[in-house]
Amino acid sequence: MASKPAIPHKRPRSPHAFRGPMQLHYRWGPAMTVSIFHRMLGSGMATVGALLLVWWLAAVAAGDAAYAVFLDVFTTDAGALNPLGWIVGVGLTWSVFQHMASGIRHLVLDTGAAYELKINKLSAVLCFVFSIAMTALFWLYLGVKA
Amino acid sequence: MRTELGRVRGLGSAHEGAHHWWHQRLTAGTNFLTLVWLLASLATLPGYDYLTVRLWLSSAWVAVPMLLLVASIFYHFRLGLQVVIEDYARMESRFVAMVLLNVYTAAVAGTAIFAILKIAFGSQA
Ligand code: HEM
Repeated sequence: MASKPAIPHKRPRSPHAFRGPMQLHYRWGPAMTVSIFHRMLGSGMATVGALLLVWWLAAVAAGDAAYAVFLDVFTTDAGALNPLGWIVGVGLTWSVFQHMASGIRHLVLDTGAAYELKINKLSAVLCFVFSIAMTALFWLYLGVKA
Repeated sequence: MRTELGRVRGLGSAHEGAHHWWHQRLTAGTNFLTLVWLLASLATLPGYDYLTVRLWLSSAWVAVPMLLLVASIFYHFRLGLQVVIEDYARMESRFVAMVLLNVYTAAVAGTAIFAILKIAFGSQA
């Protein structure tokens, strides 16, 4: 009979994110965040975004009164964006830039490139840097122009 | 000449499927082009009141890219949402969701295209 092997004092453990029922047996990383955001924002733009685009186009086609209703939902009487206008406006532009960046990252990964851990992680982080910077630039430009 | 492997690659038992993936990629490219155009155009519009927006949309130089944008993006998200549905819905619920997705896409695309054409062809409300 072989004796029980000595258990090393500290065994390596798989990394956990969170505790309790939410516990994940792997370390959460930027690549996963980019991936789930790509799906959420794509689906969000396909539903909320597409309906808003259609409403906007249909309102212009329907005439002055219908367009006034559209504007009224997102702007104050003085003509500035109201809180909902800000949320929808910034939300949609950020969604476009973020899904755009992660989409291009997808196309690069499709070629078989950028799977090395470092560059993979860096490109994921860069998607967020790009989308936040472009959204800020877009709205700064609108603000400066106004 | 194509090798046997090249011929069957990506086809699987349904003898198709690769075109879905490929069209998602093609429309990713055309989405990029039309969205850059839309964002740049919107940012440089002199105003967002009814007359300014209507005048802008009634130009063929705007109506045509806008139609292309709708065609590209709506086809892209129709393909994309199919993948999402296939990941989460099974059996009957998948069938129902797919039918609803097609009806939804046709309805929003039809309305968007009609609105763009109506503005471009200049009929008043
Ligand atoms: C610059 C523009 C865009 C690029 C480069 C792009 C790129 C991509 C790529 C490469 C995929 C495939 C991802 C995969 O195979 O897992 C994808 C998926 C998707 N896209 Fe886009 N896209 C763009 C714009 C849009 C827009 C405007 C919408 C919606 C209105 C949209 C909705 C979706 C949806 C719903 C999916 C499926 C997501 C999933 O399977 O998780 N995309 N996109």
